Amino acid sequence: MTVSSPRKTASHPLSKLLPSEVKATVEQASDDHTVITVERGQLIDVLRALKEHRELRCNLLVDVCGVDYPDRDRRFEVVYHVASLENGRRFRVKVPLDEGDAVVPSAYGLYKAADWFEREAWDMFGIRFEGHPNLKRILTHEAFRGHPLRKDYDPGQRWQLTEAEEMVPDWATTTQDGDDHFETQILNLGPSHPATHGTLRTVVRLDGEVITNAECEIGYLHRCFEKMSETHEWNQVVPYTDRLNYCSSMINGVGYTTAVERMLGIEAPPRAQVVQVILSELSRIMDHCVCLGANLVDLGALTNFWYFFQPREEIYGLLEACAGGRLTISYVRVGGLAHDVPADFEERVRYLLRYIPKFIDDVERLVTSNTIFRDRTEGIGAITAEEAVAWGWTGPCLRASGVPYDVRKAYPYRGYDQYEFDVPIASAGDTYARYLVRMEEMRQSLRIIEQAIDSLPDGPTLTDDHHVALPPKQKVYTEMESLIWHFKLIYEGIKVPAGDAYSLCEGANGELGYYIVSDGGGKPYRIKVRPPCFAIFQTYPHMLIGHMVPDSIAILGSLNIIAGELDR
Amino acid sequence: MKKVSTVNVDRPAPSLAERTYLVPILKGLAVTFRHFLRNLIGQKDVATIQYPEVKRQYSERLRGRHILTTKEDGSLRCVACYMCETACPAECIHIVAEEDPNAAVEWEKVPKVYEIDLLRCVFCGYCVDACPKEAIIMSRQHEMAFSNRGEAVVGIEELRQKGPIDQEDIGYRPYF
Repeated sequence: MTVSSPRKTASHPLSKLLPSEVKATVEQASDDHTVITVERGQLIDVLRALKEHRELRCNLLVDVCGVDYPDRDRRFEVVYHVASLENGRRFRVKVPLDEGDAVVPSAYGLYKAADWFEREAWDMFGIRFEGHPNLKRILTHEAFRGHPLRKDYDPGQRWQLTEAEEMVPDWATTTQDGDDHFETQILNLGPSHPATHGTLRTVVRLDGEVITNAECEIGYLHRCFEKMSETHEWNQVVPYTDRLNYCSSMINGVGYTTAVERMLGIEAPPRAQVVQVILSELSRIMDHCVCLGANLVDLGALTNFWYFFQPREEIYGLLEACAGGRLTISYVRVGGLAHDVPADFEERVRYLLRYIPKFIDDVERLVTSNTIFRDRTEGIGAITAEEAVAWGWTGPCLRASGVPYDVRKAYPYRGYDQYEFDVPIASAGDTYARYLVRMEEMRQSLRIIEQAIDSLPDGPTLTDDHHVALPPKQKVYTEMESLIWHFKLIYEGIKVPAGDAYSLCEGANGELGYYIVSDGGGKPYRIKVRPPCFAIFQTYPHMLIGHMVPDSIAILGSLNIIAGELDR
Repeated sequence: MKKVSTVNVDRPAPSLAERTYLVPILKGLAVTFRHFLRNLIGQKDVATIQYPEVKRQYSERLRGRHILTTKEDGSLRCVACYMCETACPAECIHIVAEEDPNAAVEWEKVPKVYEIDLLRCVFCGYCVDACPKEAIIMSRQHEMAFSNRGEAVVGIEELRQKGPIDQEDIGYRPYF
């Protein structure tokens, strides 16, 4: 296949900021990224320059992924996305690799966030990262054979994994300095533990009641989202995105369709955009309700769970009235919405605007100044802003450490720049701060919804470009041309221009990114999801050290790990 | 990066009254007691539904089990064009076409086999969107139980519209 290269400029102004000995091509891509293609020998030099040059200051490693191009001379490409939280610049660094020698130096020394992302690229493509501290499979089982996202991997083959995995890491059984041998023990938290809220496994090593070492194992919910999207048409991926972060499925679909629309160069009609904002913000409130409710249950405050689930139930009712489904709603399409909202939409949203704050207030009164809760959460799982950025954190967890990074403000999409809202930040970066930030974020979301519902325009909710969207049914029944479009779209899919783009949105838990490669056909060539909680969860074992077991549960709840998007 | 408007949510250290533990607990008890009394007297706030005795009223768009609609003479509207099978993201629809023996015109197709594996189905409604004949719509029936996997694969007879369409519990169907 061929993928068109981004627009070339003779000498990109940023290329002079790279070290002089580096031979790299620097181009400007249409998705506001500067693309740097470099040989692996100079990868670390480039990344270091991006991170440390005072004009660039790219402190956030957003994503690392592999792409397989079997028809190219150099089969693999490792793609790094880095961003600066200070000046907003974003870069995409590409390293082409030969099939027989798919090795790159690990970026872990520069960005800790590379840890799990590199493991995933190893797992999925068999690209080795030299110098990585713990390069082993992450999403698939240890005994899995092959690398599933390679194009020549046959997804239809099935075999049973019969080997029992050695479930105890080496460090767990070796003696450490200062061990009290009467007290040291290994404990498994999960994979099926009520407090893990999903199938996640954490092995901890205890000295008395204090955790001295920990390691996480994920992948229990891996269902090949990225592989499956390569065999489905662009619109058929939407129901799959619902299952990423299933607590706020609307946001995933909005993020995905925004990405595809940007590649197509189209925009959804204004009404569709406003409805998407309203339902996204309601989904964000729901997501925070679940996160905070569950976190509080783990700390013994069950009542709040009920208070939070009541507005959530009402929001699900509205989503069901709009889309026909409650949890996995599949409401968005490339180019807008599947169909218009019901007639009483505005009335119901206004009712929710009056209804939801009562429950937030109740929880606020019950918990926020409660001294027991503060004792339990203050100083627990604290992380500094620098550390959080180094680990690739985004979203409410990062804002709780004092970094005011919000995709809705920094890179507005779907008209978010038209709404007035504040970004809540806290400074402590602990479990209590994350609670406070989420509580305030719900109120800010209500502010956005209020402005959006006031400005809800009339008009269509799906673009009338029939290269992209199905024509209205009435026309399909009566007009030959519409019928032809209808058949062509279903059978051939949307033709997204060849190329690659990274598009991002603010998920309920942070930056949700889609790196999409299209070969111009009716199906995606590659979709890489950048799930926010993946970067956050890789920090978890490091945060546990020095805490006690009950604290580990409090921290886990406050990070809002959703296995659906973690494992994909 | 441009300056964004932020709101700091840090809270001051607990006051003396809060550090007694008692004051915040009493404030919290006031909230729970208010809920308790309201639920005891009015039950207006109770969101719980006594399922299955009481059932939630779903909207007209609910995507439940499929219905294959029929024409006035009772034959299926489906023309076995494979659109739903193609559009299905879960690949749960299986169609085998044959020539319609009772066709009024030449070369009319009908489905010989039309099967939906309800255990694979994700109820996304893409088949309804894809159908150019309004031959497949969805009902609001969402309570399905099977005793084995084979039972979950339903064919034409199970899916066919049972009586007049306005007497079916219709859910998601094309909106104009």
